[in-house]
Amino acid sequence: MFRIVRKEALKPTVVLFEVEAPMIAKKAQPGQFIILRVDENGERVPLTIHDYDREKGTVSIIVQIVGATTEKLNRLNEGDCLQDFVGPLGKATETEGKKKVCVVGGGVGCAIAYPVLKKFHDDGAEVHAVIGFKSADLVILEDKFKAASSILEICTDDGSYGRKGLVTDALKELIEAGNQYDEIFAIGPMIMMKFVSKTTEPYGIPTTVSMSPIMIDGTGMCGGCRLSVGGETKFACVDGPDFDGHKVDWDLAVKRSRMYSDFEKHKHEETCNLFSKEAE
Amino acid sequence: MPNMSLKKNPMPAQDPNVRNKNYEEVTLGYTEEMALDEAKRCLNCKNKPCVGGCPVMIHIPEFIAEVANGNFEAAYQIIAKTSSLPAVCGRVCPQESQCEKYCVRGIKGEPVGIGRLERFVADWHNNNACDAPPRPAPNGHKVAVIGSGPAGLTCAGDLAKKGYDVTVFEALHLAGGVLVYGIPEFRLPKAIVQKEVDGLKALGVTVATDTVVGRTISIDELMEEEGFEAVFIGSGAGLPMFMSIPGINYKGVFSANEFLTRINLMKAYLPDSDTPIIHPKKVAVVGGGNVAMDAARCSKRLGAEVHIVYRRGMEELPARHEEVEHAEEEGVIFNTLNNPVEILADEDDNVRAIRCIKMELGEPDASGRRSPVEIAGSEFDMEVDCVIMALGTSPNPLIKSTTEGLEVNRKGCIVVNEEGLTSRPSVYAGGDAVTGAATVILAMGAGKTAAKAIDEQLSK
Repeated sequence: MFRIVRKEALKPTVVLFEVEAPMIAKKAQPGQFIILRVDENGERVPLTIHDYDREKGTVSIIVQIVGATTEKLNRLNEGDCLQDFVGPLGKATETEGKKKVCVVGGGVGCAIAYPVLKKFHDDGAEVHAVIGFKSADLVILEDKFKAASSILEICTDDGSYGRKGLVTDALKELIEAGNQYDEIFAIGPMIMMKFVSKTTEPYGIPTTVSMSPIMIDGTGMCGGCRLSVGGETKFACVDGPDFDGHKVDWDLAVKRSRMYSDFEKHKHEETCNLFSKEAE
Repeated sequence: MPNMSLKKNPMPAQDPNVRNKNYEEVTLGYTEEMALDEAKRCLNCKNKPCVGGCPVMIHIPEFIAEVANGNFEAAYQIIAKTSSLPAVCGRVCPQESQCEKYCVRGIKGEPVGIGRLERFVADWHNNNACDAPPRPAPNGHKVAVIGSGPAGLTCAGDLAKKGYDVTVFEALHLAGGVLVYGIPEFRLPKAIVQKEVDGLKALGVTVATDTVVGRTISIDELMEEEGFEAVFIGSGAGLPMFMSIPGINYKGVFSANEFLTRINLMKAYLPDSDTPIIHPKKVAVVGGGNVAMDAARCSKRLGAEVHIVYRRGMEELPARHEEVEHAEEEGVIFNTLNNPVEILADEDDNVRAIRCIKMELGEPDASGRRSPVEIAGSEFDMEVDCVIMALGTSPNPLIKSTTEGLEVNRKGCIVVNEEGLTSRPSVYAGGDAVTGAATVILAMGAGKTAAKAIDEQLSK
């Protein structure tokens, strides 16, 4: 069992969990992910690692409370245990040898973008960051991003914080302003990563995206996470999660990610109903 | 007097039209009367051809003689001398191509139901014997076993009985490997696998689930930092193969591994499970092996019309005869001599059909089976909303890629000598990770061989 040593609501629906997992903490690298199960009936959910503390032996994840599993997870408190927590899975992000990069994060994806950005920074690159959220009440990690990047653009869909508009607009401006990036690194909703890739393609800037498709085991066994990249079938769990954004078949990836959306919606409602009944 | 009936005592089974809607075990096992009657069919031959057909050389006539005398526990003890998982093997071994193939009674009539008797004895023991075996005195040596499938469980069990301090590392959240994620409940109840795992724990074996060797910890770290003196790799053949045809990534196309894992490991068919599974109307399962039969029979239980699409004929199906028969009884339709060429989808990328080409059988190929040849211009579309690929699996490259100096062949299978030793000192391997996808009993045999070699090395 894996004990939650710290739970912090960064925003009402965005929660950080620091979990005791010394073996994973010892090995984790930015860009890698874990798979957790909340309880015995739980599904196996892949979540990218937000942070790790090798000395304390803990691994942190940040989750947005959007479905049945995250609702269940959010019911746990400090001192409670997760049924399963396994990793670190996938390949680490390649951050060495870059002079100047721009990291683009979307929503809760910023939780994952941050360790990658910090690693770029620590490895000596000049780092710019563009992070986007739906609205002011969902903005997370602003101070941390600020500390590790020389330019930070914050965008919100409704203009309630930072600039109003999409991350792709801000990114385009930075490129047009003459910034010569060795690489763009995008993490967030699939649709955002798709349009970041579309934005950078005409400029020929190498663009890496971090994919988190549906998967079960995370070790290459099920093939559920397969993607079409440059016409080849790849498994996100072992070949990724990072891929060349210009080569990913986005339409297929987006559709595959919605395979169980009806089930997920139903399960979420069922879980919420159950919890509200218990509360009565 | 031996029982000279030419027929085996038939195996009681659930009615096909009932069982194809539930996940309870299909075959119910012999009663004591049936077992006594069947055991009396054994002639107790002097030269014991059946034993030569068993990969772990179970003393077959001896255990059957005890059954015939009603000494069921004594029979169990004879099997347990050479086999670690009798309740499993009695259910999933291909006896027809092993022990029973060589049975003298099979020359005229049906062979003795050796597998059925093995299962009876193992179940009898599990239901009636409650003495836990004494825990052996520790010998102070530490051994790591990677993977908790049949090879790993066997190796761990044999070493633990000799007093080794054994830790089994499992990547998934449950121990059992293919016995829990692959083989369905209705063929092998998971309670039986759990009993075997609990038995190992009672012997002092530590089972570390949620540990991916190659990621969470490497073989080098196990040996250099954690003090394991020897390692046995029994990581299986977990990597699914897909066909290189257009449309393979559409929604509704699954590897048999994924489909079966959702059902068997994650219990996605139960309302309490948070794991989703699709409920297709019409399924094409591509392939003709035991895994294809399992996927087809699971699809049937989800309420679908199910078709097996296989490029050779009924005679060439690699699945066990019993599995094919059970699938047919349950209403699975066999479309043999068809090969998929493309998967078609609707505008939302949901599978809508599988395009196949008709085949005919030509000359025998290297495997001795007649090779299928396409009939030009015979393409047709079969409307389905789900395609399951059951084309075989290969070893997972994770351990190879994180263990320097571990030699594998061009198929990715770990190279070992006759004792199971790999190219790395003190690192042994066995089961599907070495042979590619094969049977439970062969994996078990490999686990035993390696356990013996590890014991010889460490007790020097």
